[in-house]
Amino acid sequence: MPHKILKKQKLAHLVHDFVIEAPRIVKHAKPGHFIVIRLHERGERIPLTIADTYPEKGAFRMIVRAVGKTTYELCSMREGDEILDVVGPLGRPSEIDKYGKVLLIGGGVGIATLHPIAKALKEAGNEIIAILGGRSAEYVIMQEEFKSFGEIVITTDDGSLGMKGVVTDAMEYLVREKGKRFDAAWAVGPTVMMKFAALKGKELEIPKMWVSLNPIMVDGTGMCGACRVSVGGEIKFACVDGPEFDGYQVEWDELIRRLKQYKEKEEEAFNRFLRRAGDISWL
Amino acid sequence: MKRQPHKTPMSEQDPKVRIHNFDEVALGYTPEEAIQEAQRCITCPTMPCVKGCPVHIDIPTFIKYIKEGNFQGAIDTIKLYNNLPAVCGRVCPQENQCEAQCVVAKIPGFEPVAIGRLERFVADWEAEHGELKLPEIKEKKGKKVAVVGAGPSGLTAAADLAKLGYDVTIFEAFHKAGGVLVYGIPEFRLPKKIVEREIEYIKKLGVKIETNVVVGKTIPVDEMLREFDAVFIGVGAGAPKFIGIPGTNLNGVYSASEFLTRVNLMKAYKFPEYDTPIVIGKNVAVIGAGNTAMDAARTALRVGAEKVMIVYRRTEKEMPARLEEYHHAVEEGIEFHWLRQPVEYVGDENGQVIGIKCAVMELGEPGADGRRRPKPTGEYDFIESDMIIEAIGQQAQRILLDEFPQLKRNKRGYIEADLETGATSVKGVFAGGDIVTGAATVIEAMGAGKKAAKAIDRYLSGEWNPWE
Ligand SMILES: Cc1cc2nc3c(=O)[nH]c(=O)nc-3n(C[C@H](O)[C@H](O)[C@H](O)COP(=O)(O)OP(=O)(O)OC[C@H]3O[C@@H](n4cnc5c(N)ncnc54)[C@H](O)[C@@H]3O)c2cc1C
Ligand SMILES: Cc1cc2nc3c(=O)[nH]c(=O)nc-3n(C[C@H](O)[C@H](O)[C@H](O)COP(=O)(O)OP(=O)(O)OC[C@H]3O[C@@H](n4cnc5c(N)ncnc54)[C@H](O)[C@@H]3O)c2cc1C
Ligand code: SF4
Ligand code: SF4
Ligand code: FES
Repeated sequence: MPHKILKKQKLAHLVHDFVIEAPRIVKHAKPGHFIVIRLHERGERIPLTIADTYPEKGAFRMIVRAVGKTTYELCSMREGDEILDVVGPLGRPSEIDKYGKVLLIGGGVGIATLHPIAKALKEAGNEIIAILGGRSAEYVIMQEEFKSFGEIVITTDDGSLGMKGVVTDAMEYLVREKGKRFDAAWAVGPTVMMKFAALKGKELEIPKMWVSLNPIMVDGTGMCGACRVSVGGEIKFACVDGPEFDGYQVEWDELIRRLKQYKEKEEEAFNRFLRRAGDISWL
Repeated sequence: MKRQPHKTPMSEQDPKVRIHNFDEVALGYTPEEAIQEAQRCITCPTMPCVKGCPVHIDIPTFIKYIKEGNFQGAIDTIKLYNNLPAVCGRVCPQENQCEAQCVVAKIPGFEPVAIGRLERFVADWEAEHGELKLPEIKEKKGKKVAVVGAGPSGLTAAADLAKLGYDVTIFEAFHKAGGVLVYGIPEFRLPKKIVEREIEYIKKLGVKIETNVVVGKTIPVDEMLREFDAVFIGVGAGAPKFIGIPGTNLNGVYSASEFLTRVNLMKAYKFPEYDTPIVIGKNVAVIGAGNTAMDAARTALRVGAEKVMIVYRRTEKEMPARLEEYHHAVEEGIEFHWLRQPVEYVGDENGQVIGIKCAVMELGEPGADGRRRPKPTGEYDFIESDMIIEAIGQQAQRILLDEFPQLKRNKRGYIEADLETGATSVKGVFAGGDIVTGAATVIEAMGAGKKAAKAIDRYLSGEWNPWE
């Protein structure tokens, strides 16, 4: 059954916010869950996080950054268009608990993944401080939403908003300069960012840091092993054992390497798409 | 008339041509060839072949119809027992089942009647010429049955229940129904349009198939139990097993499930026309020597590998693959490395696999299964390979089981179910196929689906209740 794009909005260059009709999926979606979509008969299956749910509309929200063929194609779709397959909610939900003081670190579209987690942690009575990072001001999405959960600290690579620097600089600042102590943390963003956030978290003695891993997936239901990652020396399947894991136990370099497995093919598909797509500067 | 000792040969694509395409290898009988082969059946009164078939097809009768040129009669007979004849005729290990029992093969120098090829012939004949006749469907019973998984066990249970008048819904996690028939077994052995045709037939019986529904996730288990009067679970044993040696997570190391899913279900062999990519190595090594390994090896050849090797810790004699598939693999130029047990995958500085360190094995005493066990000789060697596909077996599909702790499982992680009825530890819940037996065969999964359908009917009509 195809799923209609009820709403679509551009958040930043190549970053789009979608509301997708999927009554069945919304009913049981929890923070941390993701879905797998396939745009059309020839499409690839790709995973995306459920960024929010609207049970009354039977719809969910997803925020997508265009990085390659499938995400570009998705971002060039319009309201009213349909996505052929949407399956979910998949993965294990986040471990929401009353931890006390929680640090949330989001980078790029990882901020969207963090959003339902922040909402649930807030509802569970936690005090929340969020670090939101982006390349420049434009990429620091969902600031208003996060302000409603608690304090926010913004970092940009170019200094166009907030601190000039990266999220680990803000972690240093909060702990060393402001003397904050945290009971738990989440870091969600590009793999390299999560790797360094985890290293920094350990150094700053934050007792626990969850990260949301984004390996390449095929089925998303535990049937292929494409998404395997090493955590604490064991092989885990991110789609059924994760996607959230203890960031202090993840073998980051292996994950970063595995994400490059299809680089040449991805470029080939992307260039082919570009040749046919016409003008996409509006994306 | 002098009896022909050998099976009537079935034409095949030339190996040199077929390794460059995904078209079916075996081409099927012509009507003349089918009639000629049917003549070899002596319609023996004991008909042991029927016992060898897990769904007990009335083999002598359907073959008799073929002899008379009444192909419609033949297919109608088969369909009383088997909802997927075009599939079974192609992929059943007939040499261990129906044909293993055939009396003709008891005559020295004689081969059994080619029952599978005849079954395939009439199923294909019907698709081309026959009118698709729907069987009688009993009066609606007003009861709902959920089937989890659209593999052969689920499809069969669903079809039989629909014929009995139940309101049946199949929930399938993938975007396509068929289970291993669509994501595992390659196109050149089982064209997907045949699977689609058989699934269309099942839909015509009134079965609803809802794809993209993962039971346990999209629909919680308790919700399903509330909404349906009975449930059949046929989720299969699709989860990959890895040997778990160092280097398993190097780039270029795949499970057979991933490799075959990319190529078959996602059509990576048509990349970039289809979006899912596959990176194919020059020297591909497939670990294991079962049917999955043969399928992976022959698929790798077709997507452009220069050399494909099978690496197996025992020898040709202990190999679990069907002989026919092994011969096809040999004809296509697959190399076999016997008595080699991988102990480490070795990578380069970029984390790309470059080869396998193997322990050299020898055969020792027979184990519990009667096959001689391999044991290390203490020597090692190295096989150069830039793509490794592990095909050492599958395990229970967990995504549903993780959400269904009440359901009793055995030590190996499969569902504990009565083999005659499929009844599980939970009231109203039945199971069958690979998720109960571990990886087995299409026809055994179908047999389990059939038995469960009968038991579900008895349970829902109040005749029988094992949970009381
Ligand atoms: C559980 C999970 C949740 C995710 N949630 C979101 C989300 O909410 N929003 C969003 O925009 N993206 C999300 N992603 C990432 C998204 O799935 C990928 O960006 C997408 O698959 C890329 O497909 P493509 O064809 O557009 O690009 P490709 O052609 O596949 O890749 C283009 C480039 O992106 C990189 N890349 C490929 N796959 C991934 C990946 N899984 N993660 C990061 N980089 C990748 C490649 O190395 C390559 O350089 C999530 C991934 C996972 C596993
Ligand atoms: C590569 C390969 C080659 C083979 N070759 C042969 C052969 O030549 N001959 C032969 O007889 N046998 C062969 N087999 C074995 C045969 O395919 C299996 O024994 C048979 O398919 C088992 O059927 P099943 O119905 O139990 O499960 P499957 O075919 O595995 O189907 C299970 C289905 O359930 C779905 N599912 C799982 N979890 C859920 C959930 N939670 N909710 C909804 N749906 C779910 C899956 O997506 C899948 O579609 C082969 C197997 C493989 C892997
Ligand atoms: S279904 Fe399989 S075992 Fe039964 S008769 Fe046909 S080929 Fe033989
Ligand atoms: S056992 Fe062989 S000869 Fe006898 S009925 Fe069956 S197929 Fe015919
Ligand atoms: S994506 Fe296939 S097992 Fe996780």
